[in-house]
Amino acid sequence: MTKQDQDAFVVFDRVQKSYDGETLVVKDLNLSIGKGEFLTMLGPSGSGKTTCLMMLAGFETATHGDILLDGNPINNIPPHKRGIGMVFQNYALFPHMTVAENLSFPLEVRNMDKSEREAKVRRALDMVQMAEFGGRRPSQLSGGQQQRVALARALVFQPELVLMDEPLGALDKQLREHMQFEIKRIADNLGITVVYVTHDQTEALTMSDRVAVFDDGRIQQLAPPDELYEAPQNSFVAQFIGENNTLEGVVQEIRNGVALVRLDDGKIIEAKPVNVSSPGERTLVSIRPERVEFNKDRLQEGAHTLQAEVLEFIYMGDIFRTRLRVAGNENFIIKTRNAPDQRRLQPGEMIDIGWLPEDCRALDA
Amino acid sequence: MSDTTHTGPMLAADGSPLKRSLERALRRQKLRALALIAPLLIFILVTFIAPIADMLFRSVENEIVSETLPRTVVALKDWDPTLGELPDEAVFAAMAADLQEAAKAKIHTRVGSRLNYETPGISSLFRKSGRQASKWDLEKDGPFKDVLIKSEKGWGELDVWKTIQVYSPKYTNGYFLNAVDLEKTASGISPRDEDQQIYITLFLRTFAMSIGITLSCLMLGYPVAWLLSNLPSRSSNLLMILVLLPFWTSLLVRTSAWKVLLQQQGVINDVLVWVGLVANDDRLVMINNQFGTVLAMTHILLPFMILPLFSVMKTIPPSYLRAAKSLGASNWTAFWRVYFPQSVPGIGAGSILVFILAVGYYITPELVGGTKGTFISNRIAFHISSSLNWGLAAALGAILLGFVVLLYWVYDRLVGIDNVKLG
Repeated sequence: MTKQDQDAFVVFDRVQKSYDGETLVVKDLNLSIGKGEFLTMLGPSGSGKTTCLMMLAGFETATHGDILLDGNPINNIPPHKRGIGMVFQNYALFPHMTVAENLSFPLEVRNMDKSEREAKVRRALDMVQMAEFGGRRPSQLSGGQQQRVALARALVFQPELVLMDEPLGALDKQLREHMQFEIKRIADNLGITVVYVTHDQTEALTMSDRVAVFDDGRIQQLAPPDELYEAPQNSFVAQFIGENNTLEGVVQEIRNGVALVRLDDGKIIEAKPVNVSSPGERTLVSIRPERVEFNKDRLQEGAHTLQAEVLEFIYMGDIFRTRLRVAGNENFIIKTRNAPDQRRLQPGEMIDIGWLPEDCRALDA
Repeated sequence: MSDTTHTGPMLAADGSPLKRSLERALRRQKLRALALIAPLLIFILVTFIAPIADMLFRSVENEIVSETLPRTVVALKDWDPTLGELPDEAVFAAMAADLQEAAKAKIHTRVGSRLNYETPGISSLFRKSGRQASKWDLEKDGPFKDVLIKSEKGWGELDVWKTIQVYSPKYTNGYFLNAVDLEKTASGISPRDEDQQIYITLFLRTFAMSIGITLSCLMLGYPVAWLLSNLPSRSSNLLMILVLLPFWTSLLVRTSAWKVLLQQQGVINDVLVWVGLVANDDRLVMINNQFGTVLAMTHILLPFMILPLFSVMKTIPPSYLRAAKSLGASNWTAFWRVYFPQSVPGIGAGSILVFILAVGYYITPELVGGTKGTFISNRIAFHISSSLNWGLAAALGAILLGFVVLLYWVYDRLVGIDNVKLG
């Protein structure tokens, strides 16, 4: 066990999970989560992220490996003794109880006396600004209100670790964005550790301290949001997080930390080698749409440029989105800010595009 | 004019009240809907509502006495039975005239049977005297007091005349009183002799056994319904087929199978004797008693408990139990505080269905109930087909119906009938 693991609050140590004894849903998971950290498990459906959460909560058992909470293995501790708060996808508010009774439930099963329960319930409801709704039934609340109550219920018994399983999935976009900040603020104020599962990458980027990107039962990359977005370690992460342009080619030469890539149409570009190691390897070159430049003044002296044909111009308000044909790829997108001096490209126009070599990453094919 | 300042009824664009225009617009639709349900409505009215109404009417109807013996009924009006004397000659003369007329129309035995339900022996009075009545000369043969008593001694008994007087009105509550072990006498309502009291016992036994059947169905059905709604779909489909299997077999076959299993020379006793748990000369009595009825009916009515329970349980997401556990509730607390309250509508629906079916059940208690395990319905069947006392059968049925309606009302107040779902 490394030094970092000893400080960690939650540790997954070589955890595997299989439901049918034939395929592994979670393959050799190693992850440590620090105290007070907001960690998001992000991935497409079926990537194993929810299974990991359920193993942590105790509703699934790990087929192999240990899960440690505050240094103690919890594999054999039943869910109700783990003291982990959880917010469910559909909130799972008990429909036959009022909001206050829902919040009081975890305190009752802990044999807390009445006055203490009432004080805690009131404080929790205040925290999510739902104080006047204590007497209502969950069915009388809107989706956003139910979500707040579910959050308050998961926090009312003061757990140190709270798990959230796509808690905002059922809300509309505006409310979702509002609740993202709300959850983040409350988590920071209380200093709790949060493990948050989502398939929405915006949610993951805006809320998390670190994001674990899951695919195929493995963590593909574990990094803070900015690193994840700007420096994806492999092509899955590059594709999954944010919008991404890819160009296929073969590595020709790697020198001084710069790889020369011969694209499939014969043109040569410079890229930063991320997980390519030797010449002759096939590679997928990835460039973010907002890092592509077509204004020659803003490009470096001697930067490689490619010729591109404008296929479509989409006005999106704050930005312009332009679709280009570049090196045989007809879905090459560039994004430009809607500034007064910004030129609006016309379909059919031929332009030269370029980028900084460090923005262009040569990843596995 | 804005909506907020307008105080009268809402108006449509043409100035007519909005409610009326809406009604007009929907009238065609409503008529078409009515036409679609009309066949079923008529069918139900003719085959269900009308017979029930007729039955309810029969339980109070008593026109036969005043129609067959009109003169006697009028003449008896002023007789005071408390004096302990027979009615005067005018009554006997009226009876003779009525008897003669009824005998001619051959309906004198019917009124005899009717009054025989109340006082045994009257039937033969009417039958025997009716045979002689055609020979009587109403002008000359008097006094008829002697003639009637000579023809049948029974006419000299005070009870006979009391019964005729008590049952002379067109409508009577006599059947209902009989149905609850009371009788109507000249001096008012009094309880029947103890050796004739059977209906209250039968009603109580029917309700007690139905409650027993409902409880055992609930106890056996709840875990099955829980499994049905929580197993993966392949296993739960198989289980569902097993639950529904009894519906594909005849009720008689199932009940007869219980006979084979439970009788003293039956499968279960044979096995117990073979194993040595029970001595051969001391075989268990498991049929033709209440145990047999409860057992067989629990088996037969079990699907009616499982299906409503299942339909409620499958709407309870498993995440509720998980949420309860994540909040610190043990398995039992999570079940009892979170799952169970949500399954209550299913328990209510299943219980009321099984109870109502059980209360009116006939075939199974008849076949496996013996004398101790029969229901009120078996008694009703007896009065319909053997004793032909339809009025009493109707009164018993009406009491049963009234009780079921009351139960339904109570259930609606407590749980809400909207919560009853069957699939």
